[in-house]
Amino acid sequence: MGEFLMPTLGADMTEGKIVTWLVAPGDEVHHGDIVATVDTSKAEIDVEIFEDGVVEELLVGVGEKVPVGTPLARIAAVGAEPAVVVEAAPPAPVTVPETPAAAPPAPPARPAPPPPPTDGHRPRISPLARRVAADLGVDPEEIAGTGPHGSVVRADVERAAGTTPAPAPKPAPSPPAEPDRATAMRDAIGALMSRSKREIPHYHLALDIDLHLTQRWVTRRNEDLPLPQRLTPAGVLLAATARAAAHHSDMNGHHVDGAFHPADGVHLGVAISLRAGGLLTPAIKDADSLSVDELMERLRDVVHRARTGGLRASELAAPTLTVTDLGDRGVDLVHGVIYPPQVALVGFGAVRSRPWADGDALAVRPVVTATLAADHRVSDGHRGALFLREIDRLVQTPEEL
Amino acid sequence: MSDDLRTLIVDALVEVAPEIDPADVRDDEPVQEQFDLDSMDFLAFLEGVAARTGVEIPERAYRDVETIAGCVTYVAAARSA
Repeated sequence: MGEFLMPTLGADMTEGKIVTWLVAPGDEVHHGDIVATVDTSKAEIDVEIFEDGVVEELLVGVGEKVPVGTPLARIAAVGAEPAVVVEAAPPAPVTVPETPAAAPPAPPARPAPPPPPTDGHRPRISPLARRVAADLGVDPEEIAGTGPHGSVVRADVERAAGTTPAPAPKPAPSPPAEPDRATAMRDAIGALMSRSKREIPHYHLALDIDLHLTQRWVTRRNEDLPLPQRLTPAGVLLAATARAAAHHSDMNGHHVDGAFHPADGVHLGVAISLRAGGLLTPAIKDADSLSVDELMERLRDVVHRARTGGLRASELAAPTLTVTDLGDRGVDLVHGVIYPPQVALVGFGAVRSRPWADGDALAVRPVVTATLAADHRVSDGHRGALFLREIDRLVQTPEEL
Repeated sequence: MSDDLRTLIVDALVEVAPEIDPADVRDDEPVQEQFDLDSMDFLAFLEGVAARTGVEIPERAYRDVETIAGCVTYVAAARSA
């Protein structure tokens, strides 16, 4: 009997609430299909399945919040084959110690929710409509959707609210049942960063990098390119960091259960600030094997999805090294805090024109300060310095990245 | 200033940052600072402008289009050129 488990949702997300099931019992599923959306303290996330099979039973209903590792559905092999074990995510090296993920006492299997009334797929609901529904006290499950593919949109909710007698009037000052997203996100980030500061003996290094060759190369390339293909110096810095990390295994991996496990590939986490507050750090998988153009395209895609929805659980679980680029915010230097269980964080400040000694002459160059926060349990300043110097070396020949 | 063009350009901005109320947009203040957009958002904004107006803004002109007013002027000039 295969079980589809609540996947790891990133180091600071220990539980998730099922928002939508996109499959129903009897549906065939294939490797890579998105089968559910899950709400965490930080974002709504698409959850994929990584095996083929047939959904036998949904074990957790919409609206239920369960810890990472909880069985969500039973999956049988296609046809009459014996059921297979299904993993919720590729064997993720990330484990979250606080979470009883290792051996969750399986909660008593709850009866699956009744099959949805439509074509086997639950109606989708837009995030806005869900919020409005919550505000108006309307159950989204009972609303007929008129949006794309029968999804429930705001107008449907408002229509339903107008015609449905309001449930028991809520006492005005009733405390919210759950903290709002902003508070929950702050709490989650705070908890993870506290753990980082408590457990990880950080050391910090900084290196000023002359970017005039990078900038000249980027400018020349962009002249001939349409907007969607233009590069930014940040893309070159990311690519160089990924390449350097591939050669510095003590910067790229996870410290779990008292031991360091270097990662097989470089899955570069990128810190993306959300305008409403907070941040997400999805991973660009195998970033060291991508060209600068490919990396830039993936970066734009992941930034877009971090802000509008549609990040996948596998992306949030995967980072092996995180980069934070605060250059757009105009600061010069980032003193990074490592995301456990990772062991290093690279920070970039603003690219700024600064006086620069070139041999015995003084020049003005575009310069960025790269910083490294790394874990003394795994490496020393000497190793960290070599890593930063390699990033510097790589950005001097951007055309080779 | 062309009001139609301004509407198209503000539309492109709101597409990138849906939380913006078009009524709040100040035309002479750089949009990145006004609305906390990063360089990735700014590129997406310029893509939206190109899609709506047919004018691709080259990288060397980024300085000229950092405000809504500058963007309207640039696009109008490029169209009549």
